[in-house]
Amino acid sequence: MATTEAHVPEGRTKEPSLYGGGLWSWVTTVDHKRIGILYGATALFFFLVGGLEALLIRYQLASAGNSAISADFYNQLFTMHGTTMVFLAIMPLNVAFFNYIVPLQIGARDVAFPRLNAFSYWLFLFGGLYLNASFIFGGAPDAGWFGYANLTSTRFSPGIRIDFWVIGLQLLGVSSLAGGINFVITILNMRAPGMKLMRMPLFTWMTLVTSFILVIAFPIITVGLVLLMFDRLFGTAFFNPAGGGDVVLWQHFFWLFGHPEVYIMILPAMGIISEVIPTFSRKPLFGYPVVVYSGILIAFLGFGVWAHHMFSVGLGPIADSVFSATTMLIAIPTGVKIFNWIATMWGGSIRIKTSFLFAIGFVAMFIIGGLSGVMHSSAAADLQQTDTYFVVAHIHYVLFGGAMLGIFSGIYYWFPKVTGRMMSEGLGQLQFWFMMIAFNITFFPMHFLGLLGMPRRTFTYQSGLGFEDMNLMATVGAFLLGASVLLFLFNLLRSLRHGAPASADPWGGSTLEWAVPSPPLHCNFPTLPRVEHRDVLWTQPGVAKTLEGSCEGVHMPSPSLWPLILAFGITVLAVGALPPVPLPVVFVGVAIVVVSFYGWALQPVDH
Amino acid sequence: MSEAVGTMDAEYTSTGLPNRKMAMWAFIGSECMLFGSLIINYLINHRRNLQGPYPEELLNIPFITVTTFVLLMSSLMMVLAFTAVERGDMKWGKVWLLMTAVFGLIFLGGQVYEFNHFYHEGLGLSTNLFGASFFILTGFHGAHVAVGVIWLLSLFVLASMGKLTQENALTVEITGLYWHFVDVVWIVLFVLIYLMS
Repeated sequence: MATTEAHVPEGRTKEPSLYGGGLWSWVTTVDHKRIGILYGATALFFFLVGGLEALLIRYQLASAGNSAISADFYNQLFTMHGTTMVFLAIMPLNVAFFNYIVPLQIGARDVAFPRLNAFSYWLFLFGGLYLNASFIFGGAPDAGWFGYANLTSTRFSPGIRIDFWVIGLQLLGVSSLAGGINFVITILNMRAPGMKLMRMPLFTWMTLVTSFILVIAFPIITVGLVLLMFDRLFGTAFFNPAGGGDVVLWQHFFWLFGHPEVYIMILPAMGIISEVIPTFSRKPLFGYPVVVYSGILIAFLGFGVWAHHMFSVGLGPIADSVFSATTMLIAIPTGVKIFNWIATMWGGSIRIKTSFLFAIGFVAMFIIGGLSGVMHSSAAADLQQTDTYFVVAHIHYVLFGGAMLGIFSGIYYWFPKVTGRMMSEGLGQLQFWFMMIAFNITFFPMHFLGLLGMPRRTFTYQSGLGFEDMNLMATVGAFLLGASVLLFLFNLLRSLRHGAPASADPWGGSTLEWAVPSPPLHCNFPTLPRVEHRDVLWTQPGVAKTLEGSCEGVHMPSPSLWPLILAFGITVLAVGALPPVPLPVVFVGVAIVVVSFYGWALQPVDH
Repeated sequence: MSEAVGTMDAEYTSTGLPNRKMAMWAFIGSECMLFGSLIINYLINHRRNLQGPYPEELLNIPFITVTTFVLLMSSLMMVLAFTAVERGDMKWGKVWLLMTAVFGLIFLGGQVYEFNHFYHEGLGLSTNLFGASFFILTGFHGAHVAVGVIWLLSLFVLASMGKLTQENALTVEITGLYWHFVDVVWIVLFVLIYLMS
């Protein structure tokens, strides 16, 4: 009978011994836990890149008429800041959690398609590198993260900056689509016996909903990007009025994807805090079914609000009214969740830990972001607010104050499970308050700046308009925010080496991941659990004991290099598609893709 | 519970459906969104032409009716291939797999002929929005058919080598799902592009 003591890492390696094995084992891994770590580490790196871009933006905006950064480079900075944070930071951080946590929560040994999982990671990495390579090959994309036509045409964006954007996002789209399909099948099909859908942990539920959104929304942006690519590469005129096309058509395609995209970013964070809050209140989530149905409703309604990003385009009063109404509607299930989280804490036995602080921070900041959001839902009011810093305030309250705080909550919560070590609680709480204060200093003034009329996406502003003081405040706040992120990283890295050993269940959680060792065994569960109720560890106290054992005799999928090779082949194809690159490169890419398809298909899962 | 149950066990799933079959359905769902977006693009754009050739000048319904029929028949062949493999009759399984691919190739031949004819009548990709949206929509579909043909021929080769047997009936079934989906998309395209022009 195996013991369940924590694996304490030895030596100078970053990961405990379970994660050892050298570079080759990481390159060929198909283990969801390792892939989760790869996603997390890579996404944190890109988060820093996006943060640096933000600091450069804030540095430029610290004073009126500043010329520290040129207008051209500024355009690249805000475009890449948005693109990086959305596609290379928040989304993959969410996926890191999906990967590591969901199979453990449903009592599975891995995801449905482990090699496809690895493929999604490698294509994400290569796509992120591809996008950022633009900086050294003529300049980064500079038409905004939403790439409005016909600024993105070859006429107004000559060169290959936008081609990097159009093709790079298609790479990332394929990665996300594959991941979405993988997690839908995993959650629907690989739950432990007895784990009915309404017994699943709420984080798993939100992963399922998000994965459905991914599968439905990404093909839409893919089509938009393909049409734009054809406009740029082959002279079609889909978004070119001179050829009969319509620039607004791009906006429809983009936002039909773009709005569900923001729910892709926020629902996982809502799932995380729906785990954290009950654990530290020692009370089951209040109104679990309602929280589940709200999540589903948000996903569904999220496809019906896209034109609220287009209120100033001139769609007409009927369209504007309809989308105002649907946008107001979607505030309802979102607001309901807030009450569920608060009611969970009410009457609970509260323990203050860093993870819990971040979860409460999420609730508070998301309320503010949600309120400014519902202010945007009125098409009339939005005509004043759109394209001003009011929107910048709103998006950062929901995306940083919401999604990122939720992610930090998740990191502090699950770090012991992943690494077998505890993060420093003192440093964590300090970091939390520092971050909260810095965050609000940075973004709260932007509400006022927006209503005073400061427009978005302009590299400087005139003096004498009342913008200076608040911009300076926001810049100071931004640098403090950057420092709080560094403090977080310090805590993270130091705890990897010197954190106190963690038990299987340091927080008293209710879900299955806390029933296995920290870190888990390679096969997760020597024997699969039998689930009778929700909140398994609280309702079935003996369940952890039934999961003890070793992984001997358990067949796990073998490592494979094909996922990486296929991702590489697609990337070569993408490089070949850039106008200045010779056409044969495309054929090399196709050849690698074809070979890896066959290699992958003919390789047994277990070899 | 049973130690035998794990990621390697194809038998146990929460819904009773095999993972791979469910994945193909999810993929088909995403492909519906892909083709749906391309179809919407065609419907919006095919009459926004600053110059000809125009749809009614070029679209040849009788010819495409024949190729559509060929593609429909290929779906029948696909069903026959699956039922043959399922009952272990690999001889007919191979025949029907090959026939499905051949009919798919005939359909593709018809597409190539049509594209060529349009091009010689003056309709290129960038001539007007009808050309752009038509070629992209039917081109994407043709690419999906081509991938399907390669897939079917690969299965035929594997079967000829004895590496595809009755045990792999699920693989053939999933292939069939993909092939029938591609066929259904064509029915929609045939109606919207040709019959309603």
